[in-house]
Amino acid sequence: MDSSAPRLGNAILTPPEPIILQQRPVKIQSRDVTVHYGAKQAIHDLDIDIPDRAVSAFIGPSGCGKSTFLRCINRMNDTIPIARVGGKIEIEGQDIYDKNLDVVQLRARVGMVFQKPNPFPKSIFENVAYGPRIHGLASSKNDLDEIVVTSLKRAGLFEEVKDRLAAPGTGLSGGQQQRLCIARAISVNPEIILMDEPCSALDPIATARIEELIDDLRQNFCIVIVTHSMQQAARVSQLTAFFHLGNLVEVGDTDAIFTNPQEKRTQDYITGRFG
Amino acid sequence: MTDMTAPASSRVLDVTSDRARARIRARYRKEARFRAYGLIAIGFAALFLVVLLTDILSKGIPAFFVTQATVPVTIEAADVDPNGNRKVSEIAKGDFAAALRKSLVAMFPYANDRASRRQLMGLFSSVAASELRDAVIADPNLIGKQVTLPLLLSDDADLFFKGGITEVQVQAAKGVATPSGTEGNVEIVSSGPDFAVELGDVKRQISAQLRSVRRDAEANNLLKARYQAQVQDLTAQLAQARAAGDKDAAPALEQALAKATSDLESVAANGTRLEERMLQLKTKASQPAAAEALDPTLPSLLVRINGGIVKATEVAGDRIKGTVIAPLSSAAPAAAGSWSTENILTPESSRRLGDREVVWLEDLAAKDMITNAFNWSFFTTGDSREPELAGVLGGIVGSALTLLVTLGICLPVGVAAAIYLEEFAPKNRFTELIEVNINNLAAVPSIVFGLLGLAIFLNFFGMPRSSALVGGLVLALLVLPTIIIAARAALKAVPPSIREAALGVGASHQQAVFHHVLPLAMPGIMTGTIIGMAHALGETAPLLLIGMVAFIVDIPHGIEDAATVLPVQIFLWSDLPEVAFRAKTSAAIIVLLLFLFVMNGAAIMLRKHFERRW
Repeated sequence: MDSSAPRLGNAILTPPEPIILQQRPVKIQSRDVTVHYGAKQAIHDLDIDIPDRAVSAFIGPSGCGKSTFLRCINRMNDTIPIARVGGKIEIEGQDIYDKNLDVVQLRARVGMVFQKPNPFPKSIFENVAYGPRIHGLASSKNDLDEIVVTSLKRAGLFEEVKDRLAAPGTGLSGGQQQRLCIARAISVNPEIILMDEPCSALDPIATARIEELIDDLRQNFCIVIVTHSMQQAARVSQLTAFFHLGNLVEVGDTDAIFTNPQEKRTQDYITGRFG
Repeated sequence: MTDMTAPASSRVLDVTSDRARARIRARYRKEARFRAYGLIAIGFAALFLVVLLTDILSKGIPAFFVTQATVPVTIEAADVDPNGNRKVSEIAKGDFAAALRKSLVAMFPYANDRASRRQLMGLFSSVAASELRDAVIADPNLIGKQVTLPLLLSDDADLFFKGGITEVQVQAAKGVATPSGTEGNVEIVSSGPDFAVELGDVKRQISAQLRSVRRDAEANNLLKARYQAQVQDLTAQLAQARAAGDKDAAPALEQALAKATSDLESVAANGTRLEERMLQLKTKASQPAAAEALDPTLPSLLVRINGGIVKATEVAGDRIKGTVIAPLSSAAPAAAGSWSTENILTPESSRRLGDREVVWLEDLAAKDMITNAFNWSFFTTGDSREPELAGVLGGIVGSALTLLVTLGICLPVGVAAAIYLEEFAPKNRFTELIEVNINNLAAVPSIVFGLLGLAIFLNFFGMPRSSALVGGLVLALLVLPTIIIAARAALKAVPPSIREAALGVGASHQQAVFHHVLPLAMPGIMTGTIIGMAHALGETAPLLLIGMVAFIVDIPHGIEDAATVLPVQIFLWSDLPEVAFRAKTSAAIIVLLLFLFVMNGAAIMLRKHFERRW
């Protein structure tokens, strides 16, 4: 397992890219972010800078707040009535919790892929076309067709489904469904894609394809991924943040975190001593 | 290791010991028992369903057929077109009943007195004349000719052919019979014991009467003894009071004594009468061969002989005395086999057709004039006081209009309320109060909604009474809670991942609900709506209060017309005294069930349609 999994990752990531995060522009900036679920505090004063056009991975044991923070970035926590978010999250300097900011527009800029593939119970075409349609991205039917085809191609799904775009999206395999969800997310051309454990429900081969895809998408998007698999974090991300008990314990270049963690807790976690 | 075995072995899962096997057997038994309970429950339900359906079908199916008589009727110009100009307007005023009456009298020439003619005409429905009229208006050339048209029989005649009036037993006679005359009161003497069976029946009836009279007499004697004791007691008390000079008590006692004495007298008189009757009956019962008189409380005995019919008034083993219903052609002796006896088992006093009417109907049947046809008019006419004319179209149209109004209000309001409460309403005291009230409304007795409708829609808003509009509004109030609760449950059942997917791609909350959640919840909402509609279709009580229980003959043409609905029609018919309405009631129930099946079928199709769209 240990020997085979990194090999998959190596195949994708060769040649290993030199990490030059400091040179990349900061896309998402978080300052003193706190999240409460009712009386329970899920995140304590979280500061993090997430670079553009790179993959940032959030790792940590279950319940550490990494998914909660992820869902703050596109304000999905708004749908939970008891959730309260404090502090400041800025995307390119714009406060996303600003009262004047339209949350729907924010979510169009910040796409999301969920843990369980959740295609709409509609056709493959409709799944991808839905976003562009509600945001008025396509000026004509041909335009829409093009967006759908491009999105599917970028998600690496087009070749597999080009003959059955009218077939239900729910009829695809799990990995295909997840790629369909990615196609759906990128169809509105967002700046950021949030991925909440996108491979946890998939088999290793489907996982490898998704990881490959994530690596491709990095060229154009700022990607934030929550994962339970440290190998996955090591394989796909350039920046890794380790969360524990609602605190951001350590953040840094992925290579640095995995080879030379500064914190004892990080080291314990990545070497499998707890978690 | 060895010291571990003792405590550890008791923890090992044992699968081979007797206890383990017993445990498994017990588990199997438990499962088998549970399965049996389930099967018994389903069996019970199926049994009741079968019983219900069999009962309704067996009672209702005859009502889907009518009996017609194809009597040749000569249309005389004098009756239907006295001016001879063959104008439709004049033919329409023609006396077609007279034409029918004349033709019937021609068939039964002996039934030429007024009462007989009325009885003859009574065998036919009141629309028989209209049927003739319609035929002649359609083709005026029929005037002066004989038409043979199937004419609708009255409900009683119809019921007779369906076996609902009486059973008739015909027996070929064995002896040679000699009638004493051809008309009036005659005596028929048979050379064989052709009437012995009837006589036996009568004697048995007499024995039964005797037993009942004897019981009455015994009860009477007990009563008499009690009054006697009372009289003695009061006499003694009065004597005592007089001896003691008690002036106050005496008058009251005297009065009581007088009353008791008069009671005793009347009881004694009754006793004497019963004794006499008992003696009479005893005499009759003790002479098994003596002739007995027949009365209308006994089955009728008719004798068909020499082309005529004699109704027996007195029967002995080998002879009867009787009155002639249809004149005999001669008084010559009739050979065995050429004459017959006929028993009409239901006594004349407890059936709606007299002996003569039964005979006429039998004669019509013997001439092959009686036909059975499908009762199309049951589906094309409204209610009527005449059972053979009553139809369910009024009820069907009324139900359809009422349900349309109900659906038109319920579906949008119910679904909108459900969506708002489930998806958009802030969770606070106020919305909680509304929710509790909606849930409570679903449990309010339907008659309360009827009262509400009466007070608000009729009295306050002054809407038309008995109309499908008001009925639909009341039923809408009734089923609204059901639909809201069902729709909310359906919305809640949509997986949150779909909502998240929509929000994640940048849909607003409302877009997520209307584009994704609602379509997925639609099948569930449809199911809830249909359950509500089926509930509304069968609802009777609230509609009674808003006047839909009225007797309405016309088919409603709009939601403001006076209307009735199927269940109310069933309720009305079930209450009517005419026997023929019993079958109509069951038939209307069948129609209601079919209406329900069609509605549910449509609902399933709709649901399938929505489901195909995912």
